[in-house]
Amino acid sequence: MPDTLLFAMEATLNGLTAGVMYALVALGFVLIFKASGIFNFAQGVLALFAALTLVGFQSGQIPFSHLINAIFGTRLHHFGWNMPTVLAIPATVLVMILLAILIERYILKHLVNQEPIILFMATIGLAYFLEGLGDVMWGAEVKALDVGLPKGMSSAVDEATFAWFGYGFYIDRLELWAAGIAAILVASLTIFSQYTKQGRALRAVADDHQAALSVGISLRFIWVLTWSIAGIVALVAGIMWGSKSGVQFSLSLIALKALPVLILGGFTSIPGAIVGGLIIGVGEKLFDFFMQPIIGGATENWFAYMLALVFLLFRPQGLFGERIIERV
Amino acid sequence: MLDTQKDEGYTTADGRKIGGVAMEMRNITLRFGGVVAIKDISFDIRWGEIRAIIGPNGAGKSSMLNVISGSYHPQEGDVIYKGYKRPKMRPYQVARMGIARTFQNIALFEGMSVLDNIMTGRLHHMKANLFQQAMWWGKAEREETENRAQVEKIIDFLEIQHIRKTPVSRLPYGLKKRVELARALAAEPSILLLDEPMAGMNVEEKEDMSRFILDVNDEFGTTTVLIEHDMGVVMDLSDRVVVMDYGKKIGDGTPDEVRNNEEVIKAYLGVAHE
Repeated sequence: MPDTLLFAMEATLNGLTAGVMYALVALGFVLIFKASGIFNFAQGVLALFAALTLVGFQSGQIPFSHLINAIFGTRLHHFGWNMPTVLAIPATVLVMILLAILIERYILKHLVNQEPIILFMATIGLAYFLEGLGDVMWGAEVKALDVGLPKGMSSAVDEATFAWFGYGFYIDRLELWAAGIAAILVASLTIFSQYTKQGRALRAVADDHQAALSVGISLRFIWVLTWSIAGIVALVAGIMWGSKSGVQFSLSLIALKALPVLILGGFTSIPGAIVGGLIIGVGEKLFDFFMQPIIGGATENWFAYMLALVFLLFRPQGLFGERIIERV
Repeated sequence: MLDTQKDEGYTTADGRKIGGVAMEMRNITLRFGGVVAIKDISFDIRWGEIRAIIGPNGAGKSSMLNVISGSYHPQEGDVIYKGYKRPKMRPYQVARMGIARTFQNIALFEGMSVLDNIMTGRLHHMKANLFQQAMWWGKAEREETENRAQVEKIIDFLEIQHIRKTPVSRLPYGLKKRVELARALAAEPSILLLDEPMAGMNVEEKEDMSRFILDVNDEFGTTTVLIEHDMGVVMDLSDRVVVMDYGKKIGDGTPDEVRNNEEVIKAYLGVAHE
C-alpha cells in the first residue's frame, strides 16, 4: 500500500477521535438549545468551571482561599487531603446541579418570554461571571487533571495496524476512551429523552411553552433539569479536554470550535453534533495533510470556520437541523 | 368544604345525568392595569354538563377561561373547585389537578408525532422513577402499557388512527384541533376547557367537532366548558350558557332562556355577527 494512503488513513483516524472531542462540547450546546431555544454561550466556560471544580475537589483545595487570605491575612490553601476520583466526580456533579438551580432562579426565571437574543446576551454575561468565579474559587494557574484515564500511544492499535499494513498508526488512548464515553453519553441521553417521562417533558417544553404548561409540566423544573444535564455533559467535556491539555482558562475557548460543529450538524440534533464533530475533525486533519505542502501549515486554526461558512451559504440549517420554512 | 349548593343535580330532557357543582366562580374581577377585563362575575359549572361562555369580541371570555386554567389570577373573587377554595396556582399545577384545556391558536408540540403529543397528556399519570423508565423495568412497563391503552382508546374515539405517526406540523388545521382535543382528553380531565374549538373551521369540520364534543361528554361524562363564537353551534351543544359583554355577565341559563333574554338580544344576538 502506498505510504500516502496509509498516512491519510492515519490522519482520518486521528481526525475521527479529535472530532469526538469537539462533539462532546457541541452536545452541551445542542441540549440547551433544544430544550429552551437558548444558544448557551457559557457552555465552554461551564466545561472549564466543571474541570476546575473537579481538580479542586481532588487535590483538596480550599475554595476562595485567595480571597480569604487577602481579607483575613491567613495562609490557607489546601485541606490536606486528596479526594478519590470516585467521590470527586459525584461531588462535582452536585455542584453543577446546584449551579443549574441558581442559574434558573437568578437568571432564567426573570427572562421568561424574552427574545432569544436577550437570553443569549444573558449567557454571555454568565460566561464572564463563571470565568471570574472559577478564578476566585480555585485560582488561575494551569492544573493537571488525572482521573485515571490512560494516555499516550495505544500500542494495541499500533501493533494491529503494523501487522496489517507494515506501518503502525499513532492513536492517543485518551481519545479512544473519549470516543467510548461519548458513545455511552449519547446513548444514555437518547434513552433519557425518548423513553422517560422527564425526557418527554423536556421535548415538550422545547416545542411549546404554553402547551407544556397546559399538560401539567413545570417549566422551571425542566429548565433546572436541562441545565443540570448540560452541566454534566460540560463536566465530561471538561474531564476529557482537561486530561488532554491541562485545566487552564483557554479551555473556555473550545466553545468556539463547537460553533462550526453546530453549524454543520444543526443546532437541534444530537446525532448532528456527533457527525458534525467527526466531519470537522476528519476534515481538519485531511485538509492539513493534503494542503500543507501547497499552502503551509496551521490550517487547523481556520479550516473549521471556513467549512462552516460554506455550509451557511448552501445549507443554513445544517445537515440534520430542522428545515427553516418561512410561512407567509 | 364550603357550603356550595348541595343539590344532587338533575336529569336532562335527553336523559343525561347532570351532577352537583364542580366549580364555582365567585365574584371574579380581573384587571390589567387600568383595563377591567372581568367585572364581578359569578357562575357555576356542574359535573357532567357542557357549559358555554359566549359574548362578542373583547367581552372577556378568554380571560375567564384563563382564570379557570390558572394562567390569570383575578384581583378579587374566588375559584371554588370540588368544594374547596383554590389557592393561587400556576397553570401546570392547575393542569395536574385535572383541568385540561385547548387553545384558540392551537398549542401543540409541532415537532412530535400525533401519538407523542397525546402521550404528553398522560405525563402526570406516570409515577415510575427515572431509572425504571430508562430500563423499561417494573412499574414503568406496566404504566406505559396502561397509558398506551388509554391513548389508543382516545385515538380510536376521535378517529385519528390514520395519522397517529404523522408529525403534527404536517396536519391540516381541523385535524390539529382534534389532536389538541385528544391530548387534553388523554389527561382524563375532571374539567375540559375548550377555547373556541371550532374557530376557523369549515361547516363539515364544525359538524365533526360538535359531534366529538357531544360524544366525549356522553361517553366519558367529561364536564366541558367551551367558548365559541358560532351561536348556532353553542345553542345546540350546551346545557347552560353564560353570556358576557364588556367584562360583565349579562345572561346565564339554558340556551332557550338566554335566547329570550332582552339584554342578550340587545348586546349580542341583535347585532349581525361574522
